[in-house]
Amino acid sequence: MVDAAQDQVNFVPPAEVEEVELYHPKSWITKYVFSQDAKVIAIQYSFTAIAIGLVALVLSWLMRLQLGFPETFSFIEAEDYYQFITMHGMIMVIYLLTALFLGGFGNYLIPLMLGARDMVFPYVNMLSYWVYLLAVLVLVASFFVPGGPTGAGWTLYPPQAILSGTPGSDGGIILMLVSLALFIVGFTMGGLNYVVTVLQARTRGMTLMRMPLTIWGIFMATVLALLAFPALFVGAVMMTLDRILGTSFFMPAIVQFGEQMEYGGGSPILFQHLFWFFGHPEVYIVALPAFGIVSDLISVHARRHIFGYRLMVWAIVIIGALSFIVWAHHMYVSGMNPWFGFFFATTTLIIAVPTAIKVYNWVLTLWRADIHLTLPMLFALAFIVAFVNGGITGLFLGNVVVDVPLSDTMFVVAHFHMVMGVAPILVIFGAIYHWYPKMTGRMLNVPMGHFHFWVTFLGSYAIFLPLHYLGFLGVPRRYYEMGDTSFIPDSAQDLNAFVSVIALVVGLAQLVFLFNIGWSMVKGKKSGPNPWRATTLEWQTPETPPGHGNFGEALPVVYRWAYAYGLPGAKEDFVPQNLPPDQVMAEGGEDLGAPAAQPAE
Amino acid sequence: MTQSTMTESGPTPSPSALSRPDGMTGFVADWGSDQRAFKNVPWGKAMMWIFLLSDTFIFSCFLLSYMTVRMSTTVPWPNPSEVFALSFGGEPIPLILIAIMTFILISSSGTMAMAVMFGYKRDRKTTAILMIVTALFGASFVGMQAFEWTKLIVDEGVRPWGNPMGAAQFGSTFFMITGFHGFHVSIGVIFLFIVARKVWRGDFDRAVPGFFTSRKGNYEIVEIMGLYWHFVDLVWVFIFAVFYLW
Ligand code: HEM
Ligand SMILES: [Cu+2]
Repeated sequence: MVDAAQDQVNFVPPAEVEEVELYHPKSWITKYVFSQDAKVIAIQYSFTAIAIGLVALVLSWLMRLQLGFPETFSFIEAEDYYQFITMHGMIMVIYLLTALFLGGFGNYLIPLMLGARDMVFPYVNMLSYWVYLLAVLVLVASFFVPGGPTGAGWTLYPPQAILSGTPGSDGGIILMLVSLALFIVGFTMGGLNYVVTVLQARTRGMTLMRMPLTIWGIFMATVLALLAFPALFVGAVMMTLDRILGTSFFMPAIVQFGEQMEYGGGSPILFQHLFWFFGHPEVYIVALPAFGIVSDLISVHARRHIFGYRLMVWAIVIIGALSFIVWAHHMYVSGMNPWFGFFFATTTLIIAVPTAIKVYNWVLTLWRADIHLTLPMLFALAFIVAFVNGGITGLFLGNVVVDVPLSDTMFVVAHFHMVMGVAPILVIFGAIYHWYPKMTGRMLNVPMGHFHFWVTFLGSYAIFLPLHYLGFLGVPRRYYEMGDTSFIPDSAQDLNAFVSVIALVVGLAQLVFLFNIGWSMVKGKKSGPNPWRATTLEWQTPETPPGHGNFGEALPVVYRWAYAYGLPGAKEDFVPQNLPPDQVMAEGGEDLGAPAAQPAE
Repeated sequence: MTQSTMTESGPTPSPSALSRPDGMTGFVADWGSDQRAFKNVPWGKAMMWIFLLSDTFIFSCFLLSYMTVRMSTTVPWPNPSEVFALSFGGEPIPLILIAIMTFILISSSGTMAMAVMFGYKRDRKTTAILMIVTALFGASFVGMQAFEWTKLIVDEGVRPWGNPMGAAQFGSTFFMITGFHGFHVSIGVIFLFIVARKVWRGDFDRAVPGFFTSRKGNYEIVEIMGLYWHFVDLVWVFIFAVFYLW
């Protein structure tokens, strides 16, 4: 019903807007440093995110060392451990994953995949990166202030976050909150660009229902971010005031070290609501781009159209909408009304439906497809496995009665690492192996890639599967040391040691990946413009890597969806989105009228 | 792919394909169509709308937080109509200053709307004057807010962390939320002046590229400015209602 007029055979509506003049850089500085070109901004975002992500990786090693071999490393005190945990969690979720998926992949892929020359407001887009960089620098600065970074846990729950017993309550917490506020400001500038570019700046013929799923995922995630970050922003502002001015937004009357404090009358639960109103959508801010990208990786490398495209789009939209009404499933143990618990458990379980649809569709796309086990495909397959694993433990935790005993145990740690740690990171790797040739003109080295893949994939399982079991035993989360307990058997410690060793190995394997990125830039095999023989527009650019303005003289015109693979009678097993219909069929092949058309559902 | 296929343009549209269907189907077809989801909405305007949506969430979170702490505190809440009264000749008049401030802000929305209209009529002078009037209204609003803050802080001893009249959260939420709103108004005033200057010089008639963005300006900017201004105004109505009338 949707495409009554637009999908008529061969018809592409005329251009509605004349082209906007691009900003042309005049010097090296405006070309590569203060660049307004989304592709350069994307690479700046990516490198910054990966650099700060490495810090978080090192922090995870330190934590694992402590957990695996307690009382061995004198330089890790309990206070340090809390600071490591907090910074690790916050960096991974916000400064690495959010920035890399939206700032990195969003900037690179949105204009290219939609046939636009750039984002709609390149100048604002540039500012977005610099504010993000500032946020990262403020965050890093908190490592160096007296008292060190905050150790409040990435959830930053008050009252403890700002009380003096918590490590980093001097300057660390303030810098953390300021950095978050800056991140949100910077992100908003970028996010507005991504949304408006998707809505208003697509090329001729690129209807909403012809957009690659990557774009759908990034688009919806950006919308979520624009609506969810405000809650965190407000929470951060109010907590900063509580900490600096002594207001009591989140602070109840409280006694510290035997002394009644000045605070009184605030609501700590209010912060939890604000935090999780942001925090749950945040999971999908990270997951939806991963969903979208993985759909495209699977389709390209299995040479088959994505199964149920329309359903996939709607699933993304519905998941996005539902993610705003489930937040309190993170607060089952906060003492809320059981009816609330009932409501939030129900909505949480409902999200599983569209999510499961997506998983089925990925699997059905693979069903009897021409699967090429390229590196991106390997990572995509690994993603499906990891995501299903994390999703299923999520179903457990969504139920109040199951969550209450498991809450704050290693089971939770295992669950969220599977679903929003391992799974999206695998997609990021897959995506880098997939798009690196477009960004540099060279392929990443395959043997190194295989090594990286197998160590990372099997290693992640070796790390996080045992944690599920430890969680069942009752090993608590955020504990510096287990000490002597009657309910945790000694063998749990052996398991912990094992996990720590693997974590180090997996971490080190990432160095191979980084080396590969640098090495292939110089020594990699030349890729040509379209090494994966993919249909989407970014592979059809006249130059590789794409030049300023992306598409040379004229913008591409889109005739079909992004999934025209393996059409009977076509010249090639893929039909690019912008290949005019009269050039699709092989010599002598019969003209099928509307070849490569998207099946109407 | 070769370059030639990139530059190929589509076949001329058949008339039947151009006519859009009516009703719900037409609505969906427009939305799903290529190039633009919102037909005839320029980029800047779309961006401002989406920004305002995001900003709405910020103000909503602020106001909901205010309501929550007002309920969570056990100390009685000060009576707003007494706190915000002004004395004229010994007679306290409740909420008089706020009434004036609200009136001014609403009037400024009127002048802004007129500026937009004259902008599209390419009446450079009138547009600029109306924008400056709007900005002056806005500036006087901020000025009165500063006066009110001074009165609360100096005369009544209200502080963000406490006050003599009752719950500490009264001062904290008041300063935070009106401060955040006043900040919005101030930003608006600054941009009104900047845009008014551009209108006055005729930048938009000659499509002069912007200093930072090097994007050619046009009168849509006046309308986008207007969207922002009306939004700030609308938010004030909510702040007014929940702060001063509750
Ligand atoms: C090699 C990979 C990783 C290892 C070995 C690792 C290890 C850890 C450890 C040991 C903890 C603390 C558990 C505790 O004592 O409670 C932790 C917490 C956490 N990690 Fe990871 N992690 C890894 C990757 C990631 C990634 C990719 C993410 C991104 C989502 C992530 C997000 C978090 C979060 C949000 C926390 C919770 C922090 C808190 O409790 O405040 N981690 N991780
Ligand atoms: Cu959640």
